Amino acid sequence: MKQLLSFTRKEFYHILRDKPTIMILLLMPVIQIILFGFALTTEVKDTCVAVLIPEHDEVTNRLVERINASAYFDVVSIIHSNKEIQQTFRDGNAKLVVSFEADFASRLKHEGIAHIQLIADATDPNAANSFTFYMQNIIAAYQQELAGQQKNPYQITPEVKMLYNPQMIGAFNFVPGVLGMILILICAMMTSIAIVREKEMGTMEILLVSPMKPIYTILSKITPYFVLSCINFTTIILLSVFVLNVPITGSFASLIVVSMLYIFVSLALGLLISTIAQSQVVAMIISGMALMIPVMLLSGMIFPIENMPLPLQIFSNIIPARWYISAVKLVMIQGLGFSAILKEMAVLSFMALVLVAISMKKFKVRLE
Amino acid sequence: MSKVITASNLTKQFGHFTAVDHISFEVEQGEIFGFLGANGAGKTTAMRMLCGLSKPTSGIGKVAGYDIRTQSELVKKNIGYMSQKFSLYDDLKVWENIELYAGIYGMNDKEIKEKTDKLMHELNFEHERDLLVGSLPLGFKQKLAFSVAIFHHPKVVFLDEPTGGVDPVTRRMFWELIYKAAEDGITIFVTTHYMDEAEYCNRVSIMVDGRIDALDSPINLRNQYGAKSMDEVFQKLARKSQRTE
Repeated sequence: MKQLLSFTRKEFYHILRDKPTIMILLLMPVIQIILFGFALTTEVKDTCVAVLIPEHDEVTNRLVERINASAYFDVVSIIHSNKEIQQTFRDGNAKLVVSFEADFASRLKHEGIAHIQLIADATDPNAANSFTFYMQNIIAAYQQELAGQQKNPYQITPEVKMLYNPQMIGAFNFVPGVLGMILILICAMMTSIAIVREKEMGTMEILLVSPMKPIYTILSKITPYFVLSCINFTTIILLSVFVLNVPITGSFASLIVVSMLYIFVSLALGLLISTIAQSQVVAMIISGMALMIPVMLLSGMIFPIENMPLPLQIFSNIIPARWYISAVKLVMIQGLGFSAILKEMAVLSFMALVLVAISMKKFKVRLE
Repeated sequence: MSKVITASNLTKQFGHFTAVDHISFEVEQGEIFGFLGANGAGKTTAMRMLCGLSKPTSGIGKVAGYDIRTQSELVKKNIGYMSQKFSLYDDLKVWENIELYAGIYGMNDKEIKEKTDKLMHELNFEHERDLLVGSLPLGFKQKLAFSVAIFHHPKVVFLDEPTGGVDPVTRRMFWELIYKAAEDGITIFVTTHYMDEAEYCNRVSIMVDGRIDALDSPINLRNQYGAKSMDEVFQKLARKSQRTE
C-alpha cells in the first residue's frame, strides 16, 4: 500500500511540474468547446439571401419580410431577372436565391398553386442543405398562414419536426463528440507516453528490479490521468450546460457510468500502446494516427456514420468513441435512461476486457 | 563469510544464440566483485538473470539466499540496482527521489526521515535537498543514485556501468562510496569499462563470448597473464572473442 502511495504521489509530481502540459490538458477541452461552439458551427445564422421578384405585390413582400425577419437569413438584395442570378452568386453576394415565378400572387389566388424556386450555393453541401431546409420551413409556415385565411382547407403541407433538437443546434452533436475525443486523448495518449517515458529514461529498469508489483506501477500511472479525465469531464459538462445550453435531459447517473467505462477503455488502450511503443515519439504518433484521426472522422462526431461507405461503417464499430458518443447522445440529448444504452455499455465492456487482457499479457512478456 | 551470490552453470539462450554459456561463480558477503567483458559478451544478460528480471534457460542461481528462478520477488526485495543510464527522476526533488525508492522498498516514514537526514549530511547535500535532481551536476546525480540504490540496505547492490561519462576525480569519489558500502557489509557487483576501476575490485571475472574466461583477484590475474595492468589482461582475453557485434 505504501508502495502504491509513494508511486502515485510521484506521478502527480511529474504531471504538476510539467506546467505547459498540464495547462494544455486542462485548457484543451475549454478551447475545443468554445471553438466548436462558436467558431466552427454548422448552424445557419444570417445567411445572405437574394430574392428574385419579377413584380412586387403584397404576398411576395410579406414573405420577403418574413424571411428577413428570421434570425437565419438576411435579405441582401432584390433582383428582378433570371440573368442576375448567376451574377449574384459570382459576386458572392448571396448563398441562396429565392426566386418567385411571374404572377406569383395572382396564380396563388386563382389557381391555388404558385412556385418558388430555391437556388443554393452548394459549395458547402452541408450548409446548403441546412439553409434550404430552413427556408422551406419559413415558406411552409407562411403558406399555412395563408391557408388559414383562405377557404382552402385541403392543402396538404408536410411538416417536418426535429425531435430532441428542434433548433438543430450544432452543440447537441459536438458536445458528445468533444467528450469522446478529449477523454480518449488524455487517457490513452498521456498514459502511454507516461509509461514509455520511464522506458526511455531507464527508470523502468529500476522499477522492474524493485519489489514493486507491475500492477501497482500500472495503477499508479493510471490514477493521475483518471483524475485529470474526471476534471475534464466536469469542465466539458459544465461548459456545455451553462455556456452552450445543452441540457442533460436523461439520467445523469447513466452518463457518469458510461463515461467511467469509456475512460477505463481508453486507459487500457493507452496501456496497450505503451507496450508496443519504445519511444515517446512513437507513442505519440501511434496515438495520433490510431486514435485521433479515427475518432474525429469515424466516430460520428463530424460525419454521420450512416452516410459512410459500408467498409468504413463496419470499421467504425471497433472505435470505442463511436459507441461512447452514441451513448452520450442517447442519454444527454434524447433523455433516455440506462436501459437505452445497454448495447453501448455491452460493447464498451467487451472492448475493455479484450484490451486489458491483451495489454496485461504483453506487459508480462516485456518483463521477461 | 557467507556466499551472497552463487551461480552454477547459469545459461541463457535466445533462440539459437547462447548469450550466457554455463557460467559458474560465487561472491562472498561484503566483497566488491568486478564483472568485466566487452560489449556483447553477455554481462548485461547475466546481470539481468541475477536481478530476477530474466529467467535462466538452465542452471541454478542464488542471490541473497533465494533462488532467482522461483523466488524472484524475494530476490528483488534484497537487492539494490543502479544502471548506466541515469536512474533518478529529473523532475523530482532530491528528497522526493529518496522517499519514492524507500517507499517502494517498504520502509516506514520515520526510518526514511532519519536516514535521509543522515545521508544528506554525509554527502554534504544539505543545501541540495530541495533542488530538482535535473538541476544537479552529473557527478552529484551518480553519487545520489548510488546512495538511493543502497538506501534500504540491501544484501547485494548491482551496478551496471555506474561511472559512465564521469571524470576521474568524481569516479574516485564514487569508489569511496562503494568501499564504504562494502565495509557496511553490502556486497557490490559491478560491471565497468574502466580498467583502472577493475583494479579497485577484490575479485574480477572477465566474460568472453558468454563464458567466464578468467576469475581471480586483480593481482593474481596480472601475474597469471604476465601483464602489467588489468587493461593488458583484458586486452589479451577480449582479443580471443569470436563474436562480432
